Amino acid sequence: MFEDIGNLMHGFAVVVQPHNLLLMVVGIVLGVIVGVLPGLGGANGVAILLPLTFSMSPTSAIIMLSCIYWGALFGGAITSILFNIPGEPWSVATTFDGYPMAQQGKAGEALTAAFTSSFVGALFAVIMITLVAPLVASFALRFGPAEIFSVYFLAFCSFVGLSKEPPFKTIAAMMIGFALGAVGLDQMTGQLRLTFGSETLIGGFDFLIAVIGLFGIGEILLTMEEGLSFRGKSAKIDLKVVLKTWKELPKYWMLSLRSCLIGCWMGISPAGATPASFMSYGIAKRISKRGKNFGKGEIEGVVAPETAAHAAGTAALLPMLALGVPGSPTAAVLLGGLLIWGLQPGPLLFVEQTDFVWGLIASMYMGNIVGLIVVLTCVPLFAAILRIPFSVIAPIILVLCAIGAYTVHNNTFDVVMMLVFGVVGYFMKKANYPLAPLVLAIVLGDKAEVSLRQALLGSQGNLGVFFSNGLVGSVMTLGLIALFWPIIQNGWARIRGSSPEARAAE
Amino acid sequence: MSVTKSLFTIGTAALASGLIMLSAAPAKAWEPSHPIEIIVPAGTGGGADQMARTMQGIITKHNLTKQPVVVVNKSGGAGGEGFLDVKNSKGNDHKLIITLSNLFTTPLATGIPFSWKDMTPVAMMALDEFILWVNADKPYKTTKDFVAAIKAAPDNTFKMGGTGSKQEDQIITVALQKATGKKMIYIPQSGGGAVAVQLVGGHVDSTVNNPIEAVAHWRAGKLRPLCVFDSKKLDYNEKIQGDLTWNSIPTCKSEGLDVEYLMLRGYFMPPGVSKEAVAYYVEMFKKVRETPEWKKLMSDGAFNTTFMVGDEYAKWVAENEKIHESLMKEAGFLASKSN
Repeated sequence: MFEDIGNLMHGFAVVVQPHNLLLMVVGIVLGVIVGVLPGLGGANGVAILLPLTFSMSPTSAIIMLSCIYWGALFGGAITSILFNIPGEPWSVATTFDGYPMAQQGKAGEALTAAFTSSFVGALFAVIMITLVAPLVASFALRFGPAEIFSVYFLAFCSFVGLSKEPPFKTIAAMMIGFALGAVGLDQMTGQLRLTFGSETLIGGFDFLIAVIGLFGIGEILLTMEEGLSFRGKSAKIDLKVVLKTWKELPKYWMLSLRSCLIGCWMGISPAGATPASFMSYGIAKRISKRGKNFGKGEIEGVVAPETAAHAAGTAALLPMLALGVPGSPTAAVLLGGLLIWGLQPGPLLFVEQTDFVWGLIASMYMGNIVGLIVVLTCVPLFAAILRIPFSVIAPIILVLCAIGAYTVHNNTFDVVMMLVFGVVGYFMKKANYPLAPLVLAIVLGDKAEVSLRQALLGSQGNLGVFFSNGLVGSVMTLGLIALFWPIIQNGWARIRGSSPEARAAE
Repeated sequence: MSVTKSLFTIGTAALASGLIMLSAAPAKAWEPSHPIEIIVPAGTGGGADQMARTMQGIITKHNLTKQPVVVVNKSGGAGGEGFLDVKNSKGNDHKLIITLSNLFTTPLATGIPFSWKDMTPVAMMALDEFILWVNADKPYKTTKDFVAAIKAAPDNTFKMGGTGSKQEDQIITVALQKATGKKMIYIPQSGGGAVAVQLVGGHVDSTVNNPIEAVAHWRAGKLRPLCVFDSKKLDYNEKIQGDLTWNSIPTCKSEGLDVEYLMLRGYFMPPGVSKEAVAYYVEMFKKVRETPEWKKLMSDGAFNTTFMVGDEYAKWVAENEKIHESLMKEAGFLASKSN
């Protein structure tokens, strides 16, 4: 333990060398750009920049690449809040309350809350990695297909039934999402599904295309209909907004702690940042006293998903280092980088490459601090974007969306699909169909399906596998409780002799 | 930076389609005139992706060509997306694709219309080995122990983890079933790293991971290699776990399990490209093979370093296509002709 702290200090000494600090800032800025551009996600960004780092020492290289990763994590929140376009899958939940806040002229507050929560989440996860890395790595090994499915199940359950829309519309939207997610190659049988012999459909619908269209283009269409006005105009562009928001944030310490724990857990069990953000948002909405305001611009609705997403994104690096299993697509590219530098991720990395591992962990601390400073100083700048007239900014957003959609697979058809999704998104909003369940189903639907089928294949069709040990059984039970929470809550309230609304109003 | 890069890629793609018609390049001493694109018909982080990106790094670092090299993943439809792209880029001298076994398995299993004959073979860079792994906590010390245990138990007792469905790992599993006479439960995962971890965690009983995917767990004493699916033992003598080296692993055949399988890591180009361009890339790959970085990748992954070009390579590919066809036909993995 003390030896580890010594190693960490040594790591800090490596990291604070001027050229490494410079690489850090460069990495963060590049990462923010990558995160802001929808489609050009962290994975692409890291992959494109990977060759640049071959001439560096492995430690410098990983510092720069991991900073791109932090930057992208930070950057994803910016477009979600300002334009309702999530740059990364895990920013979708941030749009639910972040965008309404921006529309109410509180873009600065939303951005500050998002960045600060990201930082808190990441910091929590890094501390956890520092203290209990070996322990946690062995916990990750307990996740087989059944356990992984139970985690997805919990993510769905904690989110279903949240929306204000009628349950049938929610279910319809979710089913459309599942159907879209099923297009392409079925991993379990190696067969093509729902492609109708078309060569352009074999890749399936990428989540990003759907999101850029449904949220971004759909939103632009709506705004156009409402008279070309951008409602975020009144955004204050003053650095004081940061301090003001900071004063408010400590109130939500319980929410943050819960989100951190959810995030770390999801990052280690290789479910990743996306379910973490949805789950955290869902649970926050259930538990918060102001839960009814969620979706209308509640700051708690920004804090919860951002904290969890970053805790998960950071914690996901642990299974990558300790087991060689990437917890996210970006981690997968980083993993490739490690191998190219001749570092073998795995249980012995922590023993044989102490310099590198503790350098990386130290860079996680420093990278996040540097990142927070960089993005926070830019908050007024980002918020000021909303002052640009809609007729100028909308075409720019459209072009960026098109570039983003194209970059996902270098495929022109994706740009067409993005526009189609835009129109679909517009009509769904008009008809009051919620978009979030659709997106959740596209992102997690096929993964949940695969782990369900893997589990059932292993058990030869026996459903008992989902309650076969304490871990999977308790997660499944939690999921069921989350699913039936409204009923439980009602029942509880009746026993107590007061309705939940009455208590919430107190 | 990244913005310009991505714009650049779009520009190149647009240019490339325009240039096809204009490619009346001078015949002598062909040189690439714009960025070289390497398509990876698989996701980021996998074996083919690692090899392509390592080569990208080597080529850039050693200045082996004047133009930048861009790696693009087109993994849709078990890699079909990438192969179709190359098939449809007739005469594009600046596009290469790195293959894995899905060159054979994807068209056979899914019916996606492409074949190696639609492309121009460039060079075989290496062959990837497959090893039978079990969890080190299990009592199976040798292949014979393991096979005896499989034979003693009823069908569908033992679980085999592997990458993807109806691809190389499952083909080997089917061959194992034939050799042992017992059915195994094959559980497909999305990538080799995840497969190895499922084995470490005890969620499956065995895997046929490539060396590079499982070596870290072997060194840590979590996994045990039983045998290698090649005709001869691996030629790497560095100590990995205790006194054991890659060379200590017996061949499966010598252990009474008559199964052999190797996976192609080679390059192809679109149809109708100039001979000069192919010759240029062959020369470039030869230089790549001489670099220390490449040699390190080969020994880390215990690759079979066979290098082939021209007719020899084409002949090897043709033979292997036949082998895959008969293996997959036997296993019932062929796509129905109806679609």
